[in-house]
Amino acid sequence: MQHMVKAILLGLVVLAAAIATNFARDLAYQVHAVIIIIWAGFLFIREIGKIGNKPVPAPTGYMDDVVRAGVIATTFWGIAGFTVGVWIAFQLAFPVLNLSEWTGPYFNFGRLRPLHTSAVIFAFGGNALIATSFYIVQRTSAARLFGGNLAWFVFWGYQLFIVLAATGYLLGVTQSKEYAEPEWYVDLWLTVVWVAYLVVFAGTIYKRKEPHIYVANWFFLAFILTIAMLHIINNLAVPVSIFGSKSVVLFSGVQDAMVQWWYGHNAVGFFLTAGFLGMMYYFVPKQAERPVYSYKLSIVHFWALIFLYIWAGPHHLYYTALPDWAQTLGMVMSVILWMPSWGGMINGLMTLSGAWDKLRTDPILRIMVVSIAFYGMSTFEGPVMAIKAVNSLSHYTDWTIGHVHSGALGWNGMITFGALYFLTPRLWGRERLYSLKLVNYHFWLATIGIVLYASSMWVSGIMEGLMWREVDAQGFLVNAFSDTVVAKYPLLIIRGIGGLFYLAGGLVMAFNLWKTAIGAGAATPKQAASATPAE
Amino acid sequence: MGILNKHGIIERNATLLMVFSLVAVSIGGLVEIVPLFYLQNTIEDVEGMRPYTPLELSGRDIYIREGCYVCHSQMIRPMRDEVERYGNYSLAAESQYDHPFQWGSKRTGPDLARVGGRYSDAWQVDHLSDPRSVVPESIMPEYAFLKETPLDIEFIEDRLVADSMVGVPYSDVMIASAKQDLLAQLDPFSDGIDSLYANYGENVVARNFDGQEELTEMDALVAYLQMLGTLVDFSTFEPDASR
Repeated sequence: MQHMVKAILLGLVVLAAAIATNFARDLAYQVHAVIIIIWAGFLFIREIGKIGNKPVPAPTGYMDDVVRAGVIATTFWGIAGFTVGVWIAFQLAFPVLNLSEWTGPYFNFGRLRPLHTSAVIFAFGGNALIATSFYIVQRTSAARLFGGNLAWFVFWGYQLFIVLAATGYLLGVTQSKEYAEPEWYVDLWLTVVWVAYLVVFAGTIYKRKEPHIYVANWFFLAFILTIAMLHIINNLAVPVSIFGSKSVVLFSGVQDAMVQWWYGHNAVGFFLTAGFLGMMYYFVPKQAERPVYSYKLSIVHFWALIFLYIWAGPHHLYYTALPDWAQTLGMVMSVILWMPSWGGMINGLMTLSGAWDKLRTDPILRIMVVSIAFYGMSTFEGPVMAIKAVNSLSHYTDWTIGHVHSGALGWNGMITFGALYFLTPRLWGRERLYSLKLVNYHFWLATIGIVLYASSMWVSGIMEGLMWREVDAQGFLVNAFSDTVVAKYPLLIIRGIGGLFYLAGGLVMAFNLWKTAIGAGAATPKQAASATPAE
Repeated sequence: MGILNKHGIIERNATLLMVFSLVAVSIGGLVEIVPLFYLQNTIEDVEGMRPYTPLELSGRDIYIREGCYVCHSQMIRPMRDEVERYGNYSLAAESQYDHPFQWGSKRTGPDLARVGGRYSDAWQVDHLSDPRSVVPESIMPEYAFLKETPLDIEFIEDRLVADSMVGVPYSDVMIASAKQDLLAQLDPFSDGIDSLYANYGENVVARNFDGQEELTEMDALVAYLQMLGTLVDFSTFEPDASR
């Protein structure tokens, strides 16, 4: 019966998508409708095949197959996102790499840049968050994921969102709101998936056997709820037609700018900070085999962080047409935000009290500690750049790009690598990783990559900021804009090389995880997880 | 501290935890965003602002589609060098019909808020087609395909309707004559030019922007670039000291 209902629903989706294909007003919309036909059609045939099957008894124990899929997806999208990043980094030094002469618009920087940012933030980071949160919430609640196959819906629904967004960018579909580029129907789909994510995650917490909700889950809950709020409000739009990809954003000018950066900064604050702090609060104590340093600090910094982060948006809009009162408010809150941000760093680093010697022998712990160090560095750099006088120099320059990458590569990337190294042997029932030596290589490749990236962007950003504002004794501007483009050339190449190092590290990791999963080098047979059966 | 000991209550109750979290994350946005819709002086009162013509609006959609905002800002800050380099600082009023705004966040290329009228149409076409033919240092991608791509104007009325639904003052007359106005902007000697001027004012620039016979996406994009930052009459503008 259940299969019948599902099959009918999927059939209706195929029909609706077929109609949409027929009436499509633009190519991207048509391509998306075809993708949906293939996706829903595949599931339709699968459900038809299941009709009449006897209902299988509900499985018990932790639901780990969806986490395994998440580990694979995180690794895959990570490599994809880093590769596009390296490509567009070199496009800025060698414009011929836009391939515009041969391929027209499809691989121009303007279209690949949102592909890169979405791939690393939402595909790599998002899959990492979904997978780790599913793993952590089960262990810390001593309960199987709520909602049965709903977790699989979240996983595959999220992958569909990524595919629709990515193909859309290449075909020129964007609403031009940074980090919220996908158009209205993709936004609607993500809303559905995200609500399902909340149901699975919160539902698991509701049926927990532990009386207390573990601190990592506070951060995950706040992240899921806030992203829902931000996503819905920032993407309010009127479609030009239900058969076309184009929509018109509800807000305009000043208000739209404020809403966008309220969203944009808190995509950083909640997606890339709160959610990843949830990861840190589980994996660092686990890997170090030490309890979290301070319970009270985690309470204070959790509430202070989620309350204050929301205010910081206006620091993207200093000296613009945004009214001064909003700019001042944003600056004050951004500087105060330094303290709760460092609360997380202190709690993470001090968790190693009494276990610092493990850094000598455990490269996974080393990766996690370096990620917390980069977190601390970029959450200090952020408030500094949020001071109006500093921002007047740094805004619009490469300094901002360097800043986000020291956070993204250093903090988000490294803590995710640590989590993947932690999870893979456990999820595939291996005694240990294939090679700790390769982890060590990865650590150095990534760290050198980040250092090259951040330092070249500091030099480039501060240099172009100073060149733009330089005036001579008569009061004339000294540099034409094109002078700054020429001056940046060597630094952009160094940045690209830094990205190559980081990508190489990612490939080493993918190889290591692959070898671990297939059981290469491990003599021991698949063993059950110690606390509860894995399946 | 006593209050921290009470935190256990929240930790044992998922509903309380979610409700308190939602309250905590709502306050900042409410305080910073909501007043912008009510405070009178958020958007200055200036003369000259008008909605985009259908051709300019089509050009703006191409600007968005190609991701120009990724590298070009449209927001001049009130600093000596920026005013010197780009012109008068940008006013909130100048983007009041921009759904969405195009202020940008990065200047990989120069600001474009007042690029209108700075270069000839021919320069713009050459520069878009092959940037390094006119600016050897440029790292901009090439957009030669715009010259070969016909502009799709089939649904231009719907496009204006969507804008009018979110508050852009397009009248029924403007919507009804959208196609005609679009074509008229490419030919100042055509019959439709009176309707274009009646709807959008005498200051609208009408000419063949890409120098080709056919109506292409290049026409629309250049028309948009050539009107950027040209609308406000700064001789009648007095800044509000307490904004």
